[in-house]
Amino acid sequence: MIEIDNVHKSFGDLEVVKGVSLTVNKGEVVSIIGGSGSGKSTLLMCINGLEPIQKGSIRVDGIEVHNRATDLNRLRQKIGIVFQQWNAFPHLTVLENVMLAPRKVLGKSREEAEALAIQQLTHVGLGDKFKTFPGKLSGGQQQRMAIARALAMSPDYMLFDEATSALDPQLVGEVLDTMRMLAEDGMTMVLVTHEIRFARDVSDRVAFFRNGLVHEIGSPDQVIGNPQQPETAAFLKSVK
Amino acid sequence: MFDYTFQWRSALRALPDMLAGAWVTFETAALSMIFGVLIALALTVMREAQQPVLRGIGNAWVSIARNTPSLFQIYILYFGLGSLGLHVSSWFALLAGITFNNAGYLAENFRGGLKAVPTTQMRAARSLGMSAFQAYRMIIVPQLLRVVFYPLSNQMVWAVLMTSLGVIVGLNNDLTGVTQDYNVKTFRTFEYFAIAAVLYYLIAKLIVAVARLMAWRLFRY
Repeated sequence: MIEIDNVHKSFGDLEVVKGVSLTVNKGEVVSIIGGSGSGKSTLLMCINGLEPIQKGSIRVDGIEVHNRATDLNRLRQKIGIVFQQWNAFPHLTVLENVMLAPRKVLGKSREEAEALAIQQLTHVGLGDKFKTFPGKLSGGQQQRMAIARALAMSPDYMLFDEATSALDPQLVGEVLDTMRMLAEDGMTMVLVTHEIRFARDVSDRVAFFRNGLVHEIGSPDQVIGNPQQPETAAFLKSVK
Repeated sequence: MFDYTFQWRSALRALPDMLAGAWVTFETAALSMIFGVLIALALTVMREAQQPVLRGIGNAWVSIARNTPSLFQIYILYFGLGSLGLHVSSWFALLAGITFNNAGYLAENFRGGLKAVPTTQMRAARSLGMSAFQAYRMIIVPQLLRVVFYPLSNQMVWAVLMTSLGVIVGLNNDLTGVTQDYNVKTFRTFEYFAIAAVLYYLIAKLIVAVARLMAWRLFRY
C-alpha cells in the first residue's frame, strides 16, 4: 500500500505539490491526470525518493520513504518506475539493460538474470532484440524495454511517468497494450498519463490534479465520465 | 656554407639504446596516464562536491595544472621539493609532474563529458535500486569514457611528448636522455635528434592507431 499524506514539495521558491494525500491499495490501478505543471510527475518522483519532499509523509508498505534511516536502494527494488524519456542505458544491449539490476542489485547469477531478462523481454514483445543496442530501437520498443527492465526486479509497484508522451502517435498503442497487460496481471500501478481513454479503461480510480492538489478523485466513470468539478470538466474538454 | 657531413651509420648504431629509452618513455607516459585518470576522476567528483574545501582543492589543481608550463611543474617537483629536504629521483619528479598535468587536463575533459551524459541516466539507475557508486561505475563512467575517449588518447600522446622534459631534471634513460647522452659524446646533434623525433612520432602514431582500434571494439553502440 502506498500512503501519501499531506505532501508538500518545492523546487526553490516554487511549490509544485501543495499538500497531496492519496492512498493506493494493493492491486489497484490509479491514474493521475491534469495539466502540465500540476505536480503529478513530481509526486511520482517523490514516491520512490528520487525527489525529496519538504512536508508530509509517504509510506510504502508502512516504510517511511523520506526518513533518513530508510534504505532507499532496498525500497526502490520493489517500486519500478518507467519514465517519459525511457532512459535506456545506451552502452548496454537490450538484454544487458534488463539483466544489470537483477545481477548487481539483487545478486542473481548471470544465468538466472539472463533467464529472467529473456522472460520479461519476450513478455513485452522484444524476444528478437536481445543483442540489439537501444539506439537501434524505436521509441516504443525502448519504452517496452524500460518496462521489462523495471519488471525484472519483480517490483510490487509500478509507477509510470507519462510513459507514452514522448512517443510518436503510432507507437503509443504498443506501450499502452503492455501497460494494460500488466494491469490485468494485477500489478499495483500509479500512472501519470494524458491518455484519458486508456486511464478510463484500466484504472480503478482516477485523480485529477490541479495546482499541486488533488482536485477530484473517484472512479473513472465519475471523474472522466461525469466530473463533479467544473475544472475537471474543462480539463477533459481541453485534452479531447 | 654547408659543410656538415651526415653520419647516419654511426648514429644508427645507437638505435638499440634509443629503443630501450623509447620503452622507458612509453612506460612513464602510460603510468602517468593511469594515475592521471584515477586522480582526474577523483578531482571531477571533488569539484562537484558540496564541501567547499574539497571543491577548492579540485579547482585549484585543475587551474594550476592547466595554466603553468609543464616544465615548471616538473622543475618545482624536483628542485623545489629538494630544497625543502624532500629528495625525489629524476624519474619520480618527471612522473609526478606529468601525472599532475594529466590529471588537471583530464579532470576538465571529464567534467565536460559528465555534462554530456544526461542526468536522467543517473535517475534511471537509482530507480532500479543501484547505489550512487554502482550507478557511476556501471552507467555513468562507461558512457563518460566514450565522450572523453579521443581527448584521452590525445592526452596520452601529450604525456609521451612531455616525458622529454625529464632531461632537465637529469633523467638519462628515457628516449630524450639517451639521445642527449649520445649528442654530448659525439656532437652529432642532427642525426640523433632526428632519429629520436622519428621514434617519438612513431610512438604517438601507434597510440592513436591503438586508440582507434579500441574505440571500434569498445563502443559498438
